[in-house]
Amino acid sequence: MEIGAKLAILADAAKYDASCASSGTDQRDSRGKAGLGSTEGMGICHSYAPDGRCISLLKVLLTNACAYDCLYCVNRASSNVPRARFTIAEIVTLTLDFYKRNYIEGLFLSSGIIRSPDYTMEQIVEVARQLRLQHGFRGYIHLKTIPDADERLMAEAGKYADRLSINIELPSETSVQKFAPEKDVRAIRRSMGRMRLKIEEAGADRKAPRFAPGGQSTQMIIGADAATDADILTTSANLYGSYGLKRVYYSAFSPIPDASSVLPAFAPPLVREHRLYQGDWLLRFYGFDTEEVFAGTDGMLPLDMDPKLAWALRNRDRFPLDVNTAAREELLRVPGFGLKTVERILSARSIRAMRADDLKRLHVPLKTALPFIVTPDHRPTQLADRNDLATLVKQAPSVQLSLFPNAA
Amino acid sequence: MPHNIVLSGQTDFDGWRTAARQLCIAGIPPRDVAWSLHDMPDLFAASSGVPEGSGAFNVSRRFVDLASDVILHSDPERFALLYRLLWRLRAEPLLLDLMTDRDVSRAADMAKNVRRDIHKMHAFVRFRKIDGGGEERFVAWFEPEHHTLEAGAAFFARRFPNMMWSILSPRVSAHWDGSELTFDDGAGRQDAPDGDALEDVWRTYYAAIFNPARLKVSAMMSEMPRKYWRNLPEAELIDSLVANARKRTEAMVAHGVKAPKVNRQREIEQAPPLVPETAGTLAELRSEARGCRACPLWKPATQTVFGEGPANADIVFVGEQPGDKEDLAGRPFVGPAGQLFDRALADAELDRTRTYVTNAVKHFKFTPRGKIRLHQKPNTTEIRACHQWLEREIALIKPKLIVALGATAAQSLFGRAMPIGKNRGKVLDVGDARVLVTVHPSYLLRVPEEDRKREEYARFVDDLRLARKTLKEAA
Repeated sequence: MEIGAKLAILADAAKYDASCASSGTDQRDSRGKAGLGSTEGMGICHSYAPDGRCISLLKVLLTNACAYDCLYCVNRASSNVPRARFTIAEIVTLTLDFYKRNYIEGLFLSSGIIRSPDYTMEQIVEVARQLRLQHGFRGYIHLKTIPDADERLMAEAGKYADRLSINIELPSETSVQKFAPEKDVRAIRRSMGRMRLKIEEAGADRKAPRFAPGGQSTQMIIGADAATDADILTTSANLYGSYGLKRVYYSAFSPIPDASSVLPAFAPPLVREHRLYQGDWLLRFYGFDTEEVFAGTDGMLPLDMDPKLAWALRNRDRFPLDVNTAAREELLRVPGFGLKTVERILSARSIRAMRADDLKRLHVPLKTALPFIVTPDHRPTQLADRNDLATLVKQAPSVQLSLFPNAA
Repeated sequence: MPHNIVLSGQTDFDGWRTAARQLCIAGIPPRDVAWSLHDMPDLFAASSGVPEGSGAFNVSRRFVDLASDVILHSDPERFALLYRLLWRLRAEPLLLDLMTDRDVSRAADMAKNVRRDIHKMHAFVRFRKIDGGGEERFVAWFEPEHHTLEAGAAFFARRFPNMMWSILSPRVSAHWDGSELTFDDGAGRQDAPDGDALEDVWRTYYAAIFNPARLKVSAMMSEMPRKYWRNLPEAELIDSLVANARKRTEAMVAHGVKAPKVNRQREIEQAPPLVPETAGTLAELRSEARGCRACPLWKPATQTVFGEGPANADIVFVGEQPGDKEDLAGRPFVGPAGQLFDRALADAELDRTRTYVTNAVKHFKFTPRGKIRLHQKPNTTEIRACHQWLEREIALIKPKLIVALGATAAQSLFGRAMPIGKNRGKVLDVGDARVLVTVHPSYLLRVPEEDRKREEYARFVDDLRLARKTLKEAA
């Protein structure tokens, strides 16, 4: 099979992994050295596909042959998709050729499980080893880790990779048992635990062996099981706290070629996915905890407004806040105020009082924010008892392109 | 009298800086200054140039950084804007913190656009390879929106120092010969190669990585606006990918389900079956405990953390529960409290290799708080649920002495709450076993004052010495 045909199969097989990040690793370049490549902190998206996703890395599988039969996966053993396998030399050459033309920041390599977890992991690690040691490649490398792979292979993977990841796959352990019977959530968690210890050890001690300076991440498929948003974000909070993950990616389950009959085809819940990311942000950067995000709800984030606005509407007694005196933590809870906005308000108001007009220059969506704030020139009226407030403050609904007008 | 300042080019930051500095020192207000470029002088301004004069003049690093970005913007007003900011900064030193100010916010927006333009250049430059005379050369054609080509080119020198490359653009071109970055005149698109054999492979990748079921054209357009498309080899596919997305997705849905493949992928090599463990060994108990679901603590935790040490240990230490580190490593007493415990054992001259360490509760109980996990004390139900493991560990080891480290361990061993203060340092009998009660080493970590910390540590070591003495007597 020629390289293009293989690439078509093995990139298609890799696209359900949402991550394409190339940021957050150590900074390095190739000045005065043999080889090529650099990472300078900020990730770079070299292109965007019409699905809106960033293309930063060459994201491929080593092979899409797989012994496991995970029902949601395009590569499961019982699927009729065509199969292919790259040789190690082919991936190495393709990565270097793409990199030299500035198409990519590096490589994201994963694989179906063939022969044994250790054998599979060994092949993945070998690609990274050759890129780093034989070609002096200093670009970004993200490797998928196989749960419970041998300690030595894990250490070697961390030595060459910038980021490692293992997918938790589904929000609950019961769903994983049901849809991915060969996968063991306990083994996944043990591997995440091992990786966190190694990442922290390498970060704390300069003499410790290099280990994945870009950290670890994971992915959860959304909408393939009955988990609520509360279940999902509770699992995320547990994973962030336990394993120091850089990111939990949410991937709306989408129709795949040759799907399993157990999972009926439906439009991927893209808006829900977006709301989950917003909820995830509230937990990590805005000082919310899961209980408050979901208190008084049925465990689902509303689809028609962002979760912070929904929270504020349920907690009107905490508003309006005076923009000129409220504390940072309070300002972060105002609908329409982002992290940067809050920092800018704090430094500007120490020089002169903020007026409603000033917020415009900070690019604040005034329609959303004004009912919740007080400034010398603005005082909201009847916030607490207006029934129609929700409709007044909502942004125009972002129209989601419906592919299946008849489906829910 | 109006001053007309002529700069040598679009990116002449040094010229602007020198002139602005002199103008400021000479007290020339912004309304009396006109800025123009060498090749297009402002015909309406009387030329009186940069005033003479000297004097001390300081400006913050922050302003210099901002100005060196803003100067690369394509807006001809940028020189005047920067001079106005500089002028105002003398009376309003905190001005740059005032993002609500019209000048500050305009300059910040311009700097942001410039940085974005540089970032997009790093992203969207596409090199095409030329093979000539046995030497590889890579050439790209790129059209930045602002005057950023020079600023953006240094990145490629850091990334590809061992490649010969050029980036051509309408105003200026950058060349790297393997050791030096040089700039010369602008070029035309026809001066760059018109293709590269690898672009077909790249397009194959682009088409395959796109998921037609998730069409979100607006998200793509906001990050990769159409103005960049003409220099991106993959962009020629976009229209047809978008047009066919719906059809492809509907086909996937309508296709329904074919019979699952019969000839499954090659079966995975089975790990050799575990050698059945002799009934009643610690190893067997450990593997049984791995799947314990006797209380809900297993679920949020990583793993069961079982005891560790020789099966014929003379002494068993029982702690409360594994902590953060223990949960990740799957081994007891490896975190900060465990390290302190090791030190105390050594000071009491107890041989760690001859001791067995375990916990009353074998899963870590915690609440996640952002990036950390807050330890939570196990409750009575959880202690009871986990008691069977401890009991069976002790029954197999038959130690001469058990040391209860802290209240949870004591509660599990005695079957009731035991005040530590009252029972500390005593060897008590529980059935056939002898138990010494002392504090948990994590308590020592929490004592705030250094003096008391030392005192408490010494008391703890004393308790361990008592344990050693008790063992000797029993022998």
